[in-house]
Amino acid sequence: MAGVELIDVHKKFAETLALDNINLSIPEGLVLGLIGHNGAGKSTLFKLVLGLIAPTSGSIRVLGQVREPGRTPYELQVQIGYLPEVVVLYGQLTGREVMDYFGRLKGTSRGQRKQLLEKVGLGPVANKKVKTYSRGMRQRLGLAQALLGNPRLLVMDEPTTGLDPIAAEEFYDIIDTLRSEDVTIIWSSHVLSEIESRVDEVAVLLQGRLIATGTMDQIRQRIGLPVTIRLSGRFESVGEQVKAECARYGDVDVKDADHIEIRVADAKKIKAVAALAGIPSLTDIQVEPPSLEALYDHIVSEQNRSDRDA
Amino acid sequence: MRSVAIVVYSQLMNGFRNRWILGLTILFALFAVGIAYAGGATSGHIGYTSLATTITSQASLVAFLIPLIALLLGYDAVVGEREQGTLLLLLSYPLSRGQMLIGKFLGHLLILFIAILVGFGLAAGLSSWQAGGSDLGRIFVAYGIFILSASLFGAAFLGLAYIVSVRAVERTRAAGMALLIWFFFVVVFDLALLAVLVGTGGNPAERVIIPYVLLLNPVDVFRLVNLLRFGHGAGAMTLSGAVMHGALGWLSLLGILFLWGIIPVSLAIWRFRRSEI
Ligand SMILES: Nc1ncnc2c1ncn2[C@@H]1O[C@H](COP(=O)(O)OP(=O)(O)O)[C@@H](O)[C@H]1O
Ligand SMILES: [Mg+2]
Repeated sequence: MAGVELIDVHKKFAETLALDNINLSIPEGLVLGLIGHNGAGKSTLFKLVLGLIAPTSGSIRVLGQVREPGRTPYELQVQIGYLPEVVVLYGQLTGREVMDYFGRLKGTSRGQRKQLLEKVGLGPVANKKVKTYSRGMRQRLGLAQALLGNPRLLVMDEPTTGLDPIAAEEFYDIIDTLRSEDVTIIWSSHVLSEIESRVDEVAVLLQGRLIATGTMDQIRQRIGLPVTIRLSGRFESVGEQVKAECARYGDVDVKDADHIEIRVADAKKIKAVAALAGIPSLTDIQVEPPSLEALYDHIVSEQNRSDRDA
Repeated sequence: MRSVAIVVYSQLMNGFRNRWILGLTILFALFAVGIAYAGGATSGHIGYTSLATTITSQASLVAFLIPLIALLLGYDAVVGEREQGTLLLLLSYPLSRGQMLIGKFLGHLLILFIAILVGFGLAAGLSSWQAGGSDLGRIFVAYGIFILSASLFGAAFLGLAYIVSVRAVERTRAAGMALLIWFFFVVVFDLALLAVLVGTGGNPAERVIIPYVLLLNPVDVFRLVNLLRFGHGAGAMTLSGAVMHGALGWLSLLGILFLWGIIPVSLAIWRFRRSEI
């Protein structure tokens, strides 16, 4: 059974086509990174999955149940956790009171509410008002409420935006424990590098269209982006000879007298490294796989090109 | 049902926490007891007339106050959560939009009711004490009807506030709209009616229609319920009392007030369910 399935989904707001023919199937237990710039349609997709808005056309299935417009059935909603994009929560309430309110709505035990507050490290400030919390503490409270009732589907809208690196790291740790519990997670971001190593698959949205889905390796292979080989050394003395040697394997970019970058097709990578290692004045060699950033730029420019041709 | 109860409870707790309930109760008690005491002192004797005067004075006072309080309590209900970003989160829980709105509405109404009950309950107690234990039945019936009608009256304006809140995008606009509504029903409506009557000298056709026009304003309906309860003599002093003379009894008016209590909030729910968030 798919955790979440969207079939031919369109969503139109007045003039804007926020989602354009989305087909996406997320198996149960998968961690999916949803990537896109501002306005790409990430939050809209989440609201559809949560049943907060209805699609203009198409159908949505969540944990085996078909979403009906305007209905948020109890049995389904109790199995979903949601961390919205902007977590303000109720400033006048204490962390504990916020958890009590939401926890009661989900029918959770007092024990779980307490345990979740401790899990996200808010135990010591549970009786302080939320308005005194820092950005990171609020985000953690947001996560704690999303975990109420042990959800089978967790939806997080740009959860680490605005978190400092330490808070973000703690956040990733909590997500990792959930992975082992077989929770289906959809997690959106426009900070591309953070998602890459932490999700099973990615889905890339561009202006409401899903332009790539799959594991990072699948996407890399399909698109055939080159890896980057960085050479450092005293190349001045060797001169044009090195450049010519490098050019046999791919596009050469001479950064300065001491640094050269070569973009090499994935298949030629090993041969290139073996050959280039013999350059006399070489001091260092680094191989860098294409980043999600590069993938994203590539897909976007391809998309724009085909739009122009069409 | 359980979900509604949870929202009601949370709303009520907020009412205690931010001292709405305490403040309103004190406000009502001050006014109610003040009028009851002053009324008894000026009329010089205790009894039916005094009770009628007291209650009608109290009714004309809360006819201004309750709409304002209800609008201030309610304008924020949805737009406040929308603006602070909790609306989406709340509705992602096992809670339908209808349940959320009913829960909030009942919570707010309960806040208002507690304040009215305690405030005017004190006034009723004072009246009984002044009456020296006689006439207890009449005093409690009179205050019972007063408290019931004041609560329905509050529900009407809470409902209007909820319509505003559901439609608004910004809190500040909702607040402005709420004040406009107060101004319209409490000030403009009766003045406009008066202007028409004075302008035309009150021809026979108007005499027939205008009592029913009054039903369009819950402020008048509420006042009339408490005026006409004490016979036509008590109501005749006021414009609306004179106009209504003989057209509808107080019990029918209480029925109309009940409709006023439930129709606006029903419209708010209907509107909320079919709106994009
Ligand atoms: N309620 C709405 N009314 C009108 N337009 C909307 C609404 N919600 C989103 N949009 C539009 O839909 C597009 C996608 O928005 P959104 O899903 O919020 O993107 P993202 O979360 O990826 O930044 C944007 O162009 C946005 O302006
Ligand atoms: Mg967004």
